[in-house]
Amino acid sequence: MTDQPRQVEDLHLRNLTKKFGDYTAVDTLSLTIPAGSFFALLGASGCGKTTTLRMVAGLEDPTDGTISIGDRDITGTRAFERPVNTVFQSYALFPHLDIFENVAFGLRRRKVKDVKPQVERMLELVELGPLARRKPAQLSGGQQQRVAVARALINQPDVLLLDEPLGALDLKLRRQMQIELKRIQTEVGTTFVHVTHDQEEAMTMADTVAVMNSGRIEQMGHPADIYELPRTVFVANFLGQSNLFAGHKSGVTGDEYVVSANGQTFAVPTARCFTDGDSIIVGVRPEKMTVLDAIDIGKIPEHHNRVGGRVTDVSYMGVSTQYLVMTAWDQEIIVFEQNVVVGDRSAVGDDVLIHWSPRHTFGLDGSAGTTVGVDPDVLELEAVNQALASDDSAG
Amino acid sequence: MAVVMPQATTTKPATVAQRKSSTGYLLLFPGIAWLGVFFAIPLVTLFATSLQTPIEGKTGKYQPGFDVGNYADAISQYWPQFLRSFLYAGTATVLALVIAYPLAYFIAFRAGKWRSLMLVLVVAPSFASFLLRTYAWKTILADDGPITSTLNTLHLLPDGRLLNTWVAVVAGLTYNFLPFMILPLYAALEKIDPRLVEAASDLYASPATAFRKITWPLSMPGVVAGTLLTFIPAAGDYINASLLGSPKNRMIGNAIQNNFIEFRDYPMASALSFILMAIILVLVFTYIRRAGTEDLV
Repeated sequence: MTDQPRQVEDLHLRNLTKKFGDYTAVDTLSLTIPAGSFFALLGASGCGKTTTLRMVAGLEDPTDGTISIGDRDITGTRAFERPVNTVFQSYALFPHLDIFENVAFGLRRRKVKDVKPQVERMLELVELGPLARRKPAQLSGGQQQRVAVARALINQPDVLLLDEPLGALDLKLRRQMQIELKRIQTEVGTTFVHVTHDQEEAMTMADTVAVMNSGRIEQMGHPADIYELPRTVFVANFLGQSNLFAGHKSGVTGDEYVVSANGQTFAVPTARCFTDGDSIIVGVRPEKMTVLDAIDIGKIPEHHNRVGGRVTDVSYMGVSTQYLVMTAWDQEIIVFEQNVVVGDRSAVGDDVLIHWSPRHTFGLDGSAGTTVGVDPDVLELEAVNQALASDDSAG
Repeated sequence: MAVVMPQATTTKPATVAQRKSSTGYLLLFPGIAWLGVFFAIPLVTLFATSLQTPIEGKTGKYQPGFDVGNYADAISQYWPQFLRSFLYAGTATVLALVIAYPLAYFIAFRAGKWRSLMLVLVVAPSFASFLLRTYAWKTILADDGPITSTLNTLHLLPDGRLLNTWVAVVAGLTYNFLPFMILPLYAALEKIDPRLVEAASDLYASPATAFRKITWPLSMPGVVAGTLLTFIPAAGDYINASLLGSPKNRMIGNAIQNNFIEFRDYPMASALSFILMAIILVLVFTYIRRAGTEDLV
């Protein structure tokens, strides 16, 4: 690292498109990633996030569109000519070179002077100084990961690309590395573009998250903003969990829409509603809901949205309790409640009322259905459970 | 080959390899027995023969002795054949490497669905006998053949012919041992993670530099194995020299064959064999040291 501050510039993607045959991996993506930010591209596998990253790195040629850093268009340049470095998913450390030479690789290629002190300082930053003469195979997964980061960062790239960099680590180590990466990013001030399918990782690390689906960006913003106010069903389901009720607009009172769904009416603030159509999906996050015994109906604050049902499952998780509640129309609702009071919990079979404030309610375009973005494994499991339940009632 | 990719070593449980079990030694037994009966014992006999002395008046009859003079005679009499053997084998090895490397590289990284077919084609000539293939080269390089006449029209052949020259011998050696170069090279190249080359290009290495710094060093085990598998049999070969070369191109293999079969000078033939073996051993060890792949032996 040189000590004088460096002019870092924004990364611009304009109408970036990548087609593999008939398949469009990235679809006219336009995006500006501010200089010095920690940016996460979040999406399921096959959503085009890695292809986007590889195009920025120069390892894949875009079918259409441009990539530029500041005013410099780098679309036509080759990987080794770009001021961009990558931390690869499998690290791709050179097995025949020791840690020192792995980290020094980029400097040596550019014929930089004073390689030794720079490498030593970099290894210091990632706390691997004593292992400089080891071979990559002699290091643990977490250490290899840090070598990969050091090897890329030492070149002071304008943009550092991270391709699922923590995917191969176990949970505990991953948490530790998340904090570590965040610390390094703050220290060096380089723009980090982080590709991941792990929504928690994206939310804890990035200042800006872009949720990708089918080659397009569904929603982009600060993690908290996206989580609290998802704009599409995909985002509501993919980023965290949501309870969604499909209904239709039946009126407006003040600054709220009245939405009827399954014979219930819900209030949704117009400012939190992202469709002009009549068909609206009402959504709420599980931790925004409160579970009450059915007889305590009088305790529900006035004007709160509410749903009745029967508890089918209670999972005590220490910090919180997760309830599964089956509504009269056979929809399973998930509720998280913080364990503030000891011993005061509903049990399986209890008739309950769930309520939440309209302030936490959001309205989404109802044309796409309520299951977009739900993990396919979860959907399958639900289908199996429902089949089993109907068998039970039949027998 | 003990030079391995990182993915393999990081996940490999050390305990399996280190587990001490008598089963392991039992499994070694057939191989050891085979080596003992068909390699170690003949080797000792051969060494004893190389020290025998002739019985006066009886050609082809020898008695046990300790005649180190056989070795001195062998070197003083046959040093040109030794020199030629290593020169021809060395040239053939270098040529084979130059031909095989791009081919193996193509099969490993670019052949796609044709990979298996191409590998079969590499081995396919071996379905015909070694002798037959070498005879075929006699026809290919014949004085009135297309290659020789083309080169002659262009005035590129000083002697006016290819057959019965050192060029033909080296060509035959190169051709015959080429698969032994291609296959280890392919095996080594195929193991290289293409993402390493991507990583190198991400770190400012041009394609040429990425090859020099990543692909070539990582393919070194294949290069060493391939050159050894080509050089060693080529140095001891006598068929190519006797079919494609003139008497001026005879190699040490021919000298050994002549002494054994025609002159029935068994001590001389044995001494020649032992010297050949010793020189090859020394060359191989020096080479492996220099190539930095001691793990290979």
